[in-house]
Amino acid sequence: MIAAEVIVHCLAEEGVDLVFGYPGGAVLPLYEALRGGVLRHVLVRQEQAAVHSANGYARVTGRVGVCIGTSGPGATNLVTGIATAYMDSIPLVVITGQVKTSYIGRDVFQEVDITGASESFTKHNYLVRDAAHLPRIIKEAFHIARTGRPGPVLIDIPSDVQAETLKYHYPKDVSIRGYKPTEKGHMGQVKRAVKAIREAKRPLLFAGGGIFLSNAQQELAQFAETTGIPVVHTLMGTGCLPTDHPNLIGMIGSHGFKYANKAMEMADLLIFVGARIADRATGGIQEDLLANRDIIHIDVDPAEIGKNVGCDIPVVGDARLVLLQMLPLVQPLPLEKWRADLKAVKEAEQTPLEFGALVNPKHAIRVLSGMLDDHAVLVADVGQNQFWSARNFQIHGTRRFLCSGGFGTMGYSIPAAVGAKMADPSRTVVSVMGDGSFQMSMYELGTIKANKIGLKMVLFNNSKLGMVRELQDNRYGEPFGVMLDDNPDFTALVAAYGFPVRKVETNEKLEETFREMLAHEGPFFVECIVDSKESTL
Amino acid sequence: MNRHILSVLVENQSGVLSRVSGLFSRRGYNIDSLTVGETEDPKTSRMTIVVRGDDYILEQIKKQLNKLIDVIKIIELKPNQAVYRELALIKVDAPPESRSAVISTIDIFRAKVVDVGKESLTAEITGDQSKVDAFIELMSPFGIREIVRTGLTALERGSREIKEHKKYEEE
Ligand SMILES: Cc1ncc(C[n+]2csc(CCOP(=O)(O)OP(=O)(O)O)c2C)c(N)n1
Repeated sequence: MIAAEVIVHCLAEEGVDLVFGYPGGAVLPLYEALRGGVLRHVLVRQEQAAVHSANGYARVTGRVGVCIGTSGPGATNLVTGIATAYMDSIPLVVITGQVKTSYIGRDVFQEVDITGASESFTKHNYLVRDAAHLPRIIKEAFHIARTGRPGPVLIDIPSDVQAETLKYHYPKDVSIRGYKPTEKGHMGQVKRAVKAIREAKRPLLFAGGGIFLSNAQQELAQFAETTGIPVVHTLMGTGCLPTDHPNLIGMIGSHGFKYANKAMEMADLLIFVGARIADRATGGIQEDLLANRDIIHIDVDPAEIGKNVGCDIPVVGDARLVLLQMLPLVQPLPLEKWRADLKAVKEAEQTPLEFGALVNPKHAIRVLSGMLDDHAVLVADVGQNQFWSARNFQIHGTRRFLCSGGFGTMGYSIPAAVGAKMADPSRTVVSVMGDGSFQMSMYELGTIKANKIGLKMVLFNNSKLGMVRELQDNRYGEPFGVMLDDNPDFTALVAAYGFPVRKVETNEKLEETFREMLAHEGPFFVECIVDSKESTL
Repeated sequence: MNRHILSVLVENQSGVLSRVSGLFSRRGYNIDSLTVGETEDPKTSRMTIVVRGDDYILEQIKKQLNKLIDVIKIIELKPNQAVYRELALIKVDAPPESRSAVISTIDIFRAKVVDVGKESLTAEITGDQSKVDAFIELMSPFGIREIVRTGLTALERGSREIKEHKKYEEE
């Protein structure tokens, strides 16, 4: 069998049904093998989108997302997407073509050292010099991408290697000497954690994106319900519990809710679960606070424990498995006063929205949220639109909220939403964007059209790079380099692709327009005109 | 900032050195020396890395190194539990007037003369770092022309092998 066909068979063996890619000279043999139709290939319009789509696909299915690019510029276009996935620990296998083995190192046409370039933001990467190693490498790549702390793995395959012949045999097992992630928590540490929880007066659970990566939503709910411990979460942890869950306080961080940050200040024991406690998550919290709290940190990546905050009780392990280990050991705790205090803080802070002449984006998300079904996926971009969404989209049922958290990559929403929609076409998927971020990925309208992807798009047009405008306002007074007043007519632009489009300029029109959008089968585009002075919080 | 010596087993593959050294520069860890060579098993290499940092940095270095898929095991070698060696070659001025003084200093240190030129000679010294440092200091009045040092390499004392150590996070 030709190595390129071997690759396709190995991918199928891993359960891959869909790959996002963009061809070129260095992946010609691979594209010939894809022509066979074993896997569905989706042609994106720029390689970065292929990675984001694989990212959205992975997050909705819980499986490894796969994307392909050619050598040189194809590979470097993938870079931002790979780094985005790395920062949010999304499992991906990224395949790049490379120049012929004998040409490597000679600066030939479209040669780039992509394994070197991506070293610091892939979980691991391979340059395949011998086709005989391909099945083992692909097996290892999927294993590494999906287990432990998930992440992207890149496989760089020279074009001559893709054309070699070999006997196809896919290994059953993987054995990597240096890679044995800890899954279950150390029982001694689990018991210490339980003891600390029992003795705490004001314990607080702090959930991160790891809850989704380990599929621990149910176990988190059970743990919170059994003990009565309140829960705050990071941006990536949004949706860890339903919005109306009695234990849920809300999102912490520099763009989180003040009352959630306040809850952290009031707590005497913090239980971090699947969170790395990054700067943005603790941004709204007093500096020395974390040093003076008892901290339990549950994370599958031992390197995260003690990295950003000190830790009294480290528990290395998969969030779901550790919660399952702790569950039989905990009882209801007498936390009535603590919970009542938090409730009071939260209620004191509920401020009504202010309405002007144009669309209030926070209100728009609330209206949309009220109309979507229980399985909808909302994919926000980066900027103000991200936090308008995160703070106002309600989670219930199996709804998901996705965004680029750790890397904050503008242009994430459309391609990631494409991946989410293709992963499960039965779900309603809404992409929410700003006018800046939309323009970073609007080429993907072509992919949506060609593949008839029934994506709903909501653009908040404030004629500015809103988030940066706000930072400048707060810090320097005058906006600079953030003006998008010469935006094109977005509805006319999208209409050119043949999708229905609507422009909404008042809050009154929102409900009617969203109803129309959701009733429509195929792609639909709604532009909301927003006051450029609108604040994030 | 304390000095620590890490002994690291890694896969003997191309790219490993770049992953390890890249990690140090990227995360701003201070590295004094790094030596690497094949072990008793040709599939495995062993690195001896001398780093500087407080306990937090040391912990981070170990954890981050351990995340690299090609890193098999890391142990820290404590000063009294290991033997350390470094080799240095020193080319020093040795005109007829001072040649015998140079050679007698070399003899005192049980170093060796490995090459002789008309106006200079090259000495080889092996020892722990303080011995090499002291030797260099005593050679410098004669006029040192060039020095190359291999960096430190080290092995635990006694019969225990690195394989018998637990992974550090289990300790
Ligand atoms: C690729 C990239 N470039 C720059 C930034 C910095 N940045 C963060 S938010 C933002 C403004 C986003 O503007 P827009 O998409 O219009 O959304 P808004 O904030 O107005 O909702 C910028 C430029 C980024 N996050 N990503």
